[in-house]
This record gives sequence, C-alpha cells and structure tokens, in this order.
Amino acid sequence: MTATVESQRSKALKRAGLTALTFLLMVVMCVPGLWVVLSAFRPNAEILAKPPVWIPQNPTFDNFRKIFGLGTDQVAIPVGSYFMNSLIIALTSTAIALMIGMAGGYAFARYRFRGKGGIFLGLMLFRAVPGIALSLPVFIIWSKMGIIDTKLGLIIVYVSLNVPFTIWLIDGFFRQIPLSLSEAAQVDGCTRWQAYWKIEFPLARSGIAAAGVFAFLTSWNEFALASQLTRSTTSKTLPVGLLDFTAQFTIDWAGMCAMAVIIIVPALILTFLVQKHLIAGLTFGGVKG
Amino acid sequence: MAEITLDKVVKKYGGLDVVHGIDLQIAHEEFVVLVGPSGCGKSTTLRMIAGLEDISGGLVKIGDRVVNDLPPRKRNISMVFQNYALYPHMNVRENLGFGLKIAGEATASIVKRVDEAAEILGLTPLLDRTPAELSGGQRQRVAMGRAIVRRPDVFLFDEPLSNLDAKLRGQMRAEIKKLHQKVRTTVVYVTHDQVEAMTLADRIVVMRDGRIEQVGSPMDVFNHPRTTFVATFIGSPPMNLLPATISGGAVRLADGTAVPIPDRLSDRVHEGRRVTLGIRPDDISPVGHGLSQDGPGAEVEMEVELAEPLGMESLIYTRLAGQEVQAKLYGPRLVQPGERLSFRMALDRAHLFDAETGRSVRED
Repeated sequence: MTATVESQRSKALKRAGLTALTFLLMVVMCVPGLWVVLSAFRPNAEILAKPPVWIPQNPTFDNFRKIFGLGTDQVAIPVGSYFMNSLIIALTSTAIALMIGMAGGYAFARYRFRGKGGIFLGLMLFRAVPGIALSLPVFIIWSKMGIIDTKLGLIIVYVSLNVPFTIWLIDGFFRQIPLSLSEAAQVDGCTRWQAYWKIEFPLARSGIAAAGVFAFLTSWNEFALASQLTRSTTSKTLPVGLLDFTAQFTIDWAGMCAMAVIIIVPALILTFLVQKHLIAGLTFGGVKG
Repeated sequence: MAEITLDKVVKKYGGLDVVHGIDLQIAHEEFVVLVGPSGCGKSTTLRMIAGLEDISGGLVKIGDRVVNDLPPRKRNISMVFQNYALYPHMNVRENLGFGLKIAGEATASIVKRVDEAAEILGLTPLLDRTPAELSGGQRQRVAMGRAIVRRPDVFLFDEPLSNLDAKLRGQMRAEIKKLHQKVRTTVVYVTHDQVEAMTLADRIVVMRDGRIEQVGSPMDVFNHPRTTFVATFIGSPPMNLLPATISGGAVRLADGTAVPIPDRLSDRVHEGRRVTLGIRPDDISPVGHGLSQDGPGAEVEMEVELAEPLGMESLIYTRLAGQEVQAKLYGPRLVQPGERLSFRMALDRAHLFDAETGRSVRED
C-alpha cells in the first residue's frame, strides 16, 4: 500500500518536474520573441534602460506611426514598399513552387521513369546545400542577366530553394493515397486528369497546404540571399529592410522591433488559418494504418 | 451483348512474362471466376480487361470492339477493388453517383438511379455517411453499388471479399450471387479462394504461372481435374496425391500396397507407367462411414494419427505408403489417435495423373 502511494508520489513529482522543464524551455524560446513584441510598443529609452524594464511603462503605437510616416516624428523607411515586395515575392514564388511541387511530387509518386531515384536523390542533396553557399555564383549570374535588384531575381531564387522540399513533401502525400482510387475514378469515367483533380488533389490538399505554408514562410523570412540580391525599394523585402534601422552610430531598436512585428504577424495569421490542414498534413502518414 | 474475348493475351513487365498468351471466351451474362495462387496472373488479366494495364500482345475484345487501346472509361465496365477504393471525401450518395455525374447525367436521373442501387443493396439509410463511418461489409456494398449504378456491360471484381472476416465473407458471397441474378451482367471475378470460385462461378478458370490450367464448370473442375495442380487447388481439404507405379495390373504404391486400377482409366495406363494416384478425402473413409458404399472400392488398413471432429463429420489424418493422407469419417463416431481402422477408397472417384507431367491420364 505504502509502496503504491510512494510510486504515485514519485510519478506526480516526475510529471511536475517535466512540466517545469518544458515550461522553462518554452520561456527560453519565447523570451526573444516576446521582447521584440514588447519593445515594439515602447520608446527607445525604455528598451535600452538598465536594469531592463520588462513591462512597457508607457505603451505606445508611436513606433508604428513613425515607420509608416504618420505623426510628427518620421523615419525615412518605405515599409509599405518592402511589405508589398515581400508579399509579391513570397506569394508568387510559393505559387510557382507549389505548381512545380504538385506536378513533380505526383510524377515521383505515381510514374516509373528512367533516372527517377537519381533525380530524387539529387533534389534532396540540393536541399542539403546551404543557400548562402550559392550566393556568389547566383550574384554573378544574376548580374550578368540583369536581374539583380528585381523581384523576378528573388522569385527565381526562392522557387529553386523551395521546389525540392515541396516535391518531397507532396510526393509523400500522393504516395499515401491508394492508387486504386485514381483507377476507380478512371473506370468510373474520368480521364487521368479528371481523376487527379476530382479525387487525388482533394485528398492531398492538406499536404499541399502544408508544403505551401513552408514555402511561403521560407520566402517571407529569408534574409541572407535577399540582402545580396536587392538594392532598392523596387525589390527589397521586409527582413532586408530591417537593416535600414541601423545607421553608422545608432540603431533604432524601437523601429526595428515594430517592423519585426509587422513581419511576424502575417506569418502567424497564415499559420493560424491553415493550422488544421497543417496538423492533418504533418500527421497524415501516422494515422493511416 | 457483352461477351469478352481474350485472344493470345500477353503481359510483360520489362523482360518478365507475367501472362503467357491466354485464350478465353466469356459469354454474355456469364459469371466467370479466375482463380489461382498469388502471382498466377489472374489480377493482371483482369486489369488488362479493365484497361488499367497495357496489353503487351494479343487482343482483348468486349462485345464486338477490340479494346486494347481504349482507356478504362471507354470500355463501359465497372470494377470493385480489393480495398473498395471508395472516395473518402465523398459521402455514400456522392460515391454512388460519381460515375453518372462524370458522364454528364441529369441530376434528377442521378438521384433516381442512386436511390435504386441503394435500395437493391440496402444502402438507403447510409447514403449521407462517409466511407470512414461504414463497416467493412457496408463499404463492400457501396463499392458494388457504385459498380451497378452505371449499368455497365461488364462487372469486374478484384478479390472483393479478401478484406472481410470469414462470416461476413460468406454473407457477401451470397449477396454477390443474388446481385448477379438480379442484374444479369457479364462478370469476371478474381479470387484466390477456391470456395468463392466454386460457389459463385458459372465457369471457373484456374490459372497458374500466367497460364490457364483448366476451364470448366465448378463441378467439372472438381470432379475431373486435368492436372495435379488443379486437383490440389480446388477442393478443401485438398486431394491426396500418392506416387505409384502400374504393376501387375494394379496401382502399386511406394510401400507395395496394391490398389486396383479404376475401371474407367484401365485402358489409359500401361504396365510400368509411373503415375500419381489422386483421391479426395471425401472418397476415402472408414468402412461404413463413407459417402457411398456402392461402386468399386479398395480397402486398406491405416492407423489414425489425428482426428478433427467437425460435427457431422470428422477429418482424419492418417498415413499410407509413408505419406500423410486425409480421410473423412461421416456419421457420429469418435475416433482416437492410434486406432487402426479399415478405410475404403471409392475407386470410381479416384484419379490417375502422369508422374512426370502431372496431367490426368484421361488427357492422353
């Protein structure tokens, strides 16, 4: 009896310990993000105060007003243009990567063709190469082609960064869908194309949504390549725009934090909107017997 | 009219021949079962009829049309798949009506025909459920409903019952038979289960290694197997096969036991020919406990190794000429292992196969 009580107590302790540890890890992970968000709503002086002031004493939207050029105190940073550039580049590259990913993923999952294994391995190896290692050759080629500081230049880079991953992810989803469903649809009167759109595509939708979110976030957040390939408001994206807040002798932390919040919010909203698909998509393989 | 003709149909995967030029004629409204062990080419043959596999050689005709190069949708066939292949994102009504919708049928007509098919198969209360909310048997019925709703020329069934438990399989087997009697369509049905083949088929096609081993009515194939393969594949428990030699006007088993040559086969064998004696468990029983006591017979004494009582009959494992032999005991009598009994073989139902080719000596 005592032994049972003791073992229950030790179990409870263990659980409490694990919960505390998880909480601590979560705090460590969340603090920088939280600090950025808090700092977006307070003046520079408070951000730099020592000892640190955690809770904003005078919460304000001034930082946001400033970077959008509203109010008296203005910062000459075209956040609106950066935002539009980011949006156009991320959405276009995601759409293209998804189209290629869907076609490629389907082909890898459903067709037998010469060199299939080699090409797939090649795509995966390409994923293993850090993007920044390609920055110099990409810069030289892009400058020869005259697409430095254009949206097109970045879109091509992001499509090629995202395609291997979207193909890999979508291939996995199509593999999970029994081939007999497409065959049943063809016997039922569909062309192969109709069978794809009416049967296989709706079933792989979760996976395609997951791949889309990943591709979008990669393009939306990417900094290293964008900082090399963009120059002006015609193509600079939000993460690159953050650098505009650093001058030779000063850094406008408050403005930078406000802009960081502007970068984070759309990504959060998107993830929130598709979270159902995302979870279904990422656990799809696990739930099928 | 939808006869199906297979004319020297070949299937190759790369250099590997899977189906070796089979010929088969299936009549209008006939129920034909392709049966055989895994890898015998039966499913591949069915899929070639469906248009889901390319045909490497020969001709497939449905009615008067050669369909070799027609896609599945132009063959006017329906197919029930082993895993049912119901569309998971559609409810039962949508699953049933999908083919009609694709064909551009008017909504009112779709509703009417779906309701009719649902009525035939008892699916009416399930029409708004999704496949995930159905039991195995219900899914099976939806798959059949999807097949009949389009009123195709030909039904194809690819091992449709193999995912069901034994009891449900029996029920669904009866439903398929009833369905065929109602809708009278040409059916090609693939299974590895000889019981399904026997109970459903108008004609059985036994396949092995990409070739047709025998075609015939279930009773014809059961009573007159052309090869030892068919003899052991059709019938449960399988036919006992005992190596023997024709010697001194009798069939002499390996241990010297002499069994008279069955009368109807006596002119088919000659002295010294090496043969295999085939006799079904039903035709070898303890004296007085067999199916028939008439006709020519031979008695041998054997020791019971194991007895499995099955109610009105028992399956007895015994040994003859060094080989395990299964026998049937009919009527209530308990048998103990170690008991020595006199068994009677019904010779008019015994078979002789050539020892080399495995072919029935009747075929010579």
